[in-house]
Amino acid sequence: MKKIEIEGLNLFYGDFQALLDIRMSVREKAITALIGSSGCGKSTLLRCLNRMNDLIEDVRIEGSVKIDGKDIYKIKSGLTQLRKKVGMVFQRPNPFPLSVYENVAFGLRVHHMAKGSELEDIVGESLKAVHLWDELKDRLNRSALGLSLEQKQRLCIARLIAVKSEVLLMDEPCSALDPLATLRIEDLMQLLKKDYTIVIVTHNMQQAARVSDETGFMLLGELVEFGRTPDIFTKPKDKRTEDYITGRFG
Amino acid sequence: MAKLRKFKEAIIEKLIFLSGIASIVFVALIFIFLLREGISVLRSTSLGAFLGGKFWYPISDPPKLGILPLILGSLLVTLGAIAMAVPLGIAAAFYIAEVAPSRLRNILKSFVEILSAIPSVVLGFLGITILVPFLKRFLDLPTGLTAFAGSIMLAFMAMPTIISISEDAINAVPREYKEGAIALGATHWQTLHRVIIHGALPGIIAAAMLGIGRVFGETMAVMMVTGNAAVIPNSLFEPVRTLTATIAAEMGEAAKGSPHYNALFAIGIVLFVISFLINLTADLFLNRSRRR
Repeated sequence: MKKIEIEGLNLFYGDFQALLDIRMSVREKAITALIGSSGCGKSTLLRCLNRMNDLIEDVRIEGSVKIDGKDIYKIKSGLTQLRKKVGMVFQRPNPFPLSVYENVAFGLRVHHMAKGSELEDIVGESLKAVHLWDELKDRLNRSALGLSLEQKQRLCIARLIAVKSEVLLMDEPCSALDPLATLRIEDLMQLLKKDYTIVIVTHNMQQAARVSDETGFMLLGELVEFGRTPDIFTKPKDKRTEDYITGRFG
Repeated sequence: MAKLRKFKEAIIEKLIFLSGIASIVFVALIFIFLLREGISVLRSTSLGAFLGGKFWYPISDPPKLGILPLILGSLLVTLGAIAMAVPLGIAAAFYIAEVAPSRLRNILKSFVEILSAIPSVVLGFLGITILVPFLKRFLDLPTGLTAFAGSIMLAFMAMPTIISISEDAINAVPREYKEGAIALGATHWQTLHRVIIHGALPGIIAAAMLGIGRVFGETMAVMMVTGNAAVIPNSLFEPVRTLTATIAAEMGEAAKGSPHYNALFAIGIVLFVISFLINLTADLFLNRSRRR
């Protein structure tokens, strides 16, 4: 099943073209990785999927991005429903300056999804889903800013689970974490894959090889090659992909 | 050669050290001077009668040196000003930092700076010629020279401080919080009042405290529009006299060494202590907002 289909996507920052005619599709309930060196446009592409690029002034986008068959660039009403459905995890964990509980409850409150004991239940379930419940169940009212980086990143994922996001966009979610924490987050991604469609941007090639089902390699705004992860890493079709994964540049 | 350089550096070090501690020395000297001149007021009145006395008749015989009407006058004018300036200032800061398009933002910021550059005597002048007659007519008062007029003038003066410091605090809230909230589908307004305000709160409180400090110590504009009647006020719409205006108005005519003269210095001590406490509170909150 295709969850996301991108066709003829061009993106310009002023006069600079950051994405060139991107064409790719993302499988439902699978992990799709985007790799490439810094500045290749992989984060920009990711941010096209929940329209976070709209926040930047002077940006122009052409082409279509369809999620569940609907072009998200033709939405007439607000973007809040889109961003609820397509959640995002950032490079630097960014819990709000609120308590652990309020962080998870945030999305539920802004979308008026639950109140009272129902709210409490969903917060609990969400924290369990990211394996934070046992660690934090006695500290729900403490500030989330005091957590470790790994806990913060898990909390940010729990925020998305609480609002029942269907797609999780992860922008280098482990680059601020140590190797062991990275592995634990990767394990979590494998669990989440059963229920969520995940797109991850990473410049750690091993990570892409470990966690993803499909991989796209980007270079200078172009999607050079896209395919099943084992194929990309063992028999790339494009010379540039081969050069990159064998470490000749990047 | 090397010796000479070492000597030079030692001199420079000492000079920098002196400049560094100069502020401490000056504050200490000022306080000692105030204390020396002011403390003798206790020879003619008790501390309780000075701070709690209801009558300020410094040139009657014997003089009555109770500053309660002046303290209440200052408090009333300050509270009135703060009630106007704090909500307006914070709302303006949010507008400038988060809502205004960037061109308008720059224009607004320069006007806020210009507002802070207007000399207080000019504001007071405008107050006397425009605001005071307007209040008298509009509110049908016996005189427009009231605490309310002083509060309005002071609100103008506190706004730039409150706006620019609150705006700094709002801008200092990490971008990631905002992005996180927007990416969760929060609207701009929800992001502002559920996330950004929490991040900026200590800085905003500090801004309000510094605004209060600015208002409390202001003299000229208040003296010109509040009517300067040293009586205990019953409402905002009566003439009052503030601590600062009392010193400014009476220092010239008080005979050196008289109880009146000493009492004015004692008022200076009271002002000094209150301003110090206000600034200290502001500092505590500013530090807390930086540590985040």
